[in-house]
Amino acid sequence: MQASPQFSRPSFRLSAIAAALALAGAVSTSALAADNGKYRIGIVTFLSGAAAGPFGVPAANAAKLAVEALNAGKLPAPYGKKGINGIEIETVIIDEAGGATKQTEEFRNLVQRQKVDAVIGYISSGDCIAIAPAVEELGVPTIFFDCGTSKVFETVKNPKFLFRTGLDAVVDNVAAARYIAETRPNVKSVASIQQNYAWGQDSWNDFILAFKQIKPEVKVVSEQWPKLGQGQYGAEISAISVSTPDLIHSSFWGGDMEALMLQGGARGLFDKSVAVLTAGETGVEHFKANVPNGTVIGGRGPFGAFAPKNALNDWFRPAFTAQFKEPPTYPAYKMVQAILGLKAAAEKTAKAGAMPTAENIVQGLAGLSFEAPSGTVIMSRSKGHQAVQSVSFGEYQFDAKSGKASVAKVKTYAGECLMPPDGSNAADWIKAGFPGAKCN
Amino acid sequence: MSLRNCFSSPTEPALLLAAAVFAAGAWLMPAWLAFLLTLALAKALVVLGVVIQMRAGLVSFGQALFFCIGGYGVGLAAQYLGIGDAFALLALGTVAAILLALACGWLLTRYREIFYAMLTLALSMVLYGVLVKSSALGSTDGFNVVPPSFLGWVPEGDARKRTMYLLTVLVAAVVAIGFHRFMVSSLGRVTEAVRENEIRVDFLGISPQGVLFVNYVAAAGVSALGGGLTALASGHIDPDMAIWTTSGEFVFIAILGGTGHVAAPFIGAIVFSVIRTFAIQEAPHFWQMTLGVILLALILFLPKGLWSLVARDRKREVEA
Repeated sequence: MQASPQFSRPSFRLSAIAAALALAGAVSTSALAADNGKYRIGIVTFLSGAAAGPFGVPAANAAKLAVEALNAGKLPAPYGKKGINGIEIETVIIDEAGGATKQTEEFRNLVQRQKVDAVIGYISSGDCIAIAPAVEELGVPTIFFDCGTSKVFETVKNPKFLFRTGLDAVVDNVAAARYIAETRPNVKSVASIQQNYAWGQDSWNDFILAFKQIKPEVKVVSEQWPKLGQGQYGAEISAISVSTPDLIHSSFWGGDMEALMLQGGARGLFDKSVAVLTAGETGVEHFKANVPNGTVIGGRGPFGAFAPKNALNDWFRPAFTAQFKEPPTYPAYKMVQAILGLKAAAEKTAKAGAMPTAENIVQGLAGLSFEAPSGTVIMSRSKGHQAVQSVSFGEYQFDAKSGKASVAKVKTYAGECLMPPDGSNAADWIKAGFPGAKCN
Repeated sequence: MSLRNCFSSPTEPALLLAAAVFAAGAWLMPAWLAFLLTLALAKALVVLGVVIQMRAGLVSFGQALFFCIGGYGVGLAAQYLGIGDAFALLALGTVAAILLALACGWLLTRYREIFYAMLTLALSMVLYGVLVKSSALGSTDGFNVVPPSFLGWVPEGDARKRTMYLLTVLVAAVVAIGFHRFMVSSLGRVTEAVRENEIRVDFLGISPQGVLFVNYVAAAGVSALGGGLTALASGHIDPDMAIWTTSGEFVFIAILGGTGHVAAPFIGAIVFSVIRTFAIQEAPHFWQMTLGVILLALILFLPKGLWSLVARDRKREVEA
């Protein structure tokens, strides 16, 4: 077909389409940017995909619960003030699914189109790394509430607007190594099963580095790397079984973790070997009698089943359980922690009853120590932008009579015992024998 | 000589005009829209690669391979070779992809239909697997790409994203005009003949495999350019760039836009991005469904893609 001879028509139409699109976008911005006098927080967490069930949805639920309670002024002291500094909170929830490139786009949309005053979010480490520079560029206070990569503050070396109120994954694995060394001194051989992606690779590297530092005689007898979301672990379980390790380390999470425990339990994998699950806490309510008592589990901090008794936890745990028919797991605790950190920061620096500015949040949160359902959180690393908290490990205990699961023989390690001093790389710090670690 | 004679068809001034409108918009539109359009135009370049293969009757379910090569080419060169210039980085990524395409092309152009689709998919998943297992490159987390310089100039603040947007518009315009000429050239038209009747093309004395090979390499180059621009604009690369769902998205946008014209992938990509971002905003729990329903409706009522809206009108005018 030859192109039609007209000159003006198609060109006119093409540019008309372009102009219409640009206009449509511009119109919707102005409509959205309406300043309604509320404090707008963008919440980004997985609402779809594999990470939604165990992490994203409990976190989103926790955000909903906390914001509703804050707006009603129903939280125990020191958070009794309505909303944030007396201003009502409004949330804008966004799905984290879809990859880092899309998330950088949607982060900009949140800030520039939806005009949020602060952002709390991100479970995926890849998303956190990708978004960190954009946070500093756009200058909106942003709290990473969950992602565990130790590269966040390597990417942004002089953070101003970027904070993380949760711990990184290195501390989990250092704590796991210490717990095993203390409670099971006879462990001589260890096997590994990790999801073959960044989280699994980093977790195993950190664990074995720390564990060999504490117990140099330990041998690695098997390393299994199934892919993320594989679901069937027959071959890997066989391979681990024949290597007869004393200990099986796994950073599996969510459905994969529960599947591994079910399948491994049925095959007697845990009869002779004890498993340590660094992200096992989300399964405590589902394991029932399928997972042997004595399995070592962690909750990435003093969260969920490991949370201490305090007024905030006395409010949070029953309220969450009543509303969502399931006790809160660690992602839920971490979300509430981030929201309370933001509130504490605003109320420390902003004038009473005034809308907190970005500057208020940034000044207030850096170096702040605040209360959360998990205890006291101290923002003392990475120039006051990274939280320090203790990490707990314990043994899974299921009481068949009452049908209730709990954690026993809990040991809690202070942050100072698990984290490298500011400015030093975690791997180098572990290799050097944890210089400066204060453990009791 | 009138202005009309300077161009081989009325499409070219139209494309230039559209590019000028987009470029002028850089100072008018909100920052988020400029960023969205940057990524959409970069994506459209990859879709263009899919479209020219579709015109030859081949569906590539692995175009993300070259998208990823382009992105990682830029990222690795910036990280390990210390190259900071956007143009040099883009050129490196594109050359890397073309070299790979020269090697793979000989194998792939022997296959047709589902075999071609599966083989392209397999190659992209090989790259995905390798990247996921590369801890040094950040595995699935990927790594960040530092903001580039532009011929020695390092813009700061708002100017940085605007320059990136203008570069993308420029590249998109040049590529669109280049591919338009390719599509209306005899070589470009033979690709359609290969789709319709390969044996006849062979008997006319033209090697269908040779035609497809050139087509494949051109598609690889333009896709890598899209990947490179995406890496520079978003400042981050990860193995998800190579996964098959990314390829699927490109095929989807190709179908959405249509294959009738060089502008179709650009319209498709922009419409897709706009619908997606507002679906995410308005229905955070159901955005995939919203997106799916809208796109399904578009395909039901416009089976030849969004471009048929333009083409249909044009045909009516000619008949009238």
